[in-house]
Amino acid sequence: MIEWGLYNYWVVIFLMMTGLYVVISRGNLIKKIIGLNIFQVSVIMFYVSMGKVRGGTAPIDAPGFEIYSNPLPHVLMLTAIVVGVATTALALAIVVRIGEEYGTIEEDKIREIEAEEHPN
Amino acid sequence: MLDIVHLVLFTFLAVVAVAIIRLKDLFAAVMLMGIFSLLSASLFTVMDAVDVAFTEAAVGAGISTILMLATLALTESEEEPKYNRFKILPLIAVVLTGAVLVFATFDMPRYGDPEAPIHQHVAPHYIEHTDDEIGVPNMVTAVLASYRGYDTWGETTVIFTACVGVMLLLGGHAIVERFRRRRKLDVEGDS
Repeated sequence: MIEWGLYNYWVVIFLMMTGLYVVISRGNLIKKIIGLNIFQVSVIMFYVSMGKVRGGTAPIDAPGFEIYSNPLPHVLMLTAIVVGVATTALALAIVVRIGEEYGTIEEDKIREIEAEEHPN
Repeated sequence: MLDIVHLVLFTFLAVVAVAIIRLKDLFAAVMLMGIFSLLSASLFTVMDAVDVAFTEAAVGAGISTILMLATLALTESEEEPKYNRFKILPLIAVVLTGAVLVFATFDMPRYGDPEAPIHQHVAPHYIEHTDDEIGVPNMVTAVLASYRGYDTWGETTVIFTACVGVMLLLGGHAIVERFRRRRKLDVEGDS
């Protein structure tokens, strides 16, 4: 019997592992950053899933509603999204500089160029 | 209890993620990343996190995509197949880690369980007292700007640091250098 109450967490784990796979198996730097972003969204999804209360509504005070979902994970994840974009911007800036310096954004090719320039 | 919208959106999200891995064309991957963000924003709405949803839609689907497209314009927009072959070892590592994590989820409280530990600590205080202590109907805003204002302050510090980093890498002297190099390339191209 499938536990539907855990379906969220399983999809989150699947997304997390997808992101991790991209980060460790692909040599392209932009692809790596895309992988990190997928990973990040999966973590956010995890927190928001935990914050949901059955029969609850969005945490905005209104007459006629008694049960609200937990606002705390939402706040933490708002911060995480914005910080995530800031770090993505920084990573992309570094990729642009690497691209200018080496003429490529493939990790292995950069390593080859480095090996040619500094044989030791 | 999961409804059908929830289930379909989650499955669709997983499919898009797999498509992103498989694409060699980075431009298409970045556009799919935008769709991925938008889908997750819809999911956040379904899970009552409306504030997270509109931040994700604006920042994740909007600004992130623009930043990535700008990077593609300044570098290259194809993966080189030679350097991106299928590797078995990362796949095994990832599947093993995933299996361990799935095993761990059986100890998690079920989705939507009001008795879960996360709902027992400070959250009830926020929900009950936001109105008389802060006076803002949106509890997320109250927690963000008042109860945990120092978090937001830390967040601005991170953004400021990242901004300074980007400017040091790409702005100022680097811009001059870039123009000089590009002009040199143009002159070489003409002759």
